[in-house]
Amino acid sequence: MRIAVQSAAFDLGAEVSAFTAGVRGSGAVVSFTGLVRDEGGTLSGMEIEHYPGMTEKAIRGIAEEAVRRWALCDALVIHRYGKLAPGEAIMMVATAAPHRADAFAAAEYLMDYLKSRAPFWKKELGAGGEAWVAAKDADEDALKRW
Amino acid sequence: MIEVLYFAWVRERIGLPREKVETAAATVAELVEELRAREERYQAAFADLTSLRVALDQELASFDAPLKGVREVAFFPPMTGG
Repeated sequence: MRIAVQSAAFDLGAEVSAFTAGVRGSGAVVSFTGLVRDEGGTLSGMEIEHYPGMTEKAIRGIAEEAVRRWALCDALVIHRYGKLAPGEAIMMVATAAPHRADAFAAAEYLMDYLKSRAPFWKKELGAGGEAWVAAKDADEDALKRW
Repeated sequence: MIEVLYFAWVRERIGLPREKVETAAATVAELVEELRAREERYQAAFADLTSLRVALDQELASFDAPLKGVREVAFFPPMTGG
């Protein structure tokens, strides 16, 4: 299981290839990537703050729970911080399992928990100024299904 | 002596990323009361606790959690990762 919290961009294709090459024996690999939206051209970018130390621990705890619940062969989480431009990848998860249903479910679980239990805060940067992204009730509700 | 960290708009309102605080507070809520009493900027940051989260030694906790043995307290808004 690899957890990376970094400011640098990552190569999505290379990460998925390397992850897949390391999980021989599993039958399914699912990956998800989150991108910076431009919200119809109104955003010039995004700045992501995090809590060094807690971030890595929190993500590892979430990923370990996913591996345990779905008996995953492996999991990968990369999450960036700092300034990002529209279209840039913010983060990715990949899961590997014997069958696809478990790989898909575990990837959704990872995303739901990363959204509201990993200490990141997004600030949108636009022509009209900057604003912290507010957490949505729907994000908290999404945890209830697990 | 306890290390207190602030993130996102909490950090911006208080104007500091972290500070050392001498406190006899028994719980997080008591520490918040002490900070609120300091200055207007703390009052502004801690005006509505329902819009705040707290972590004790890098684990999420509640505002009634005890501070005994805790070295690091962090205050921040609900997280927006992913």
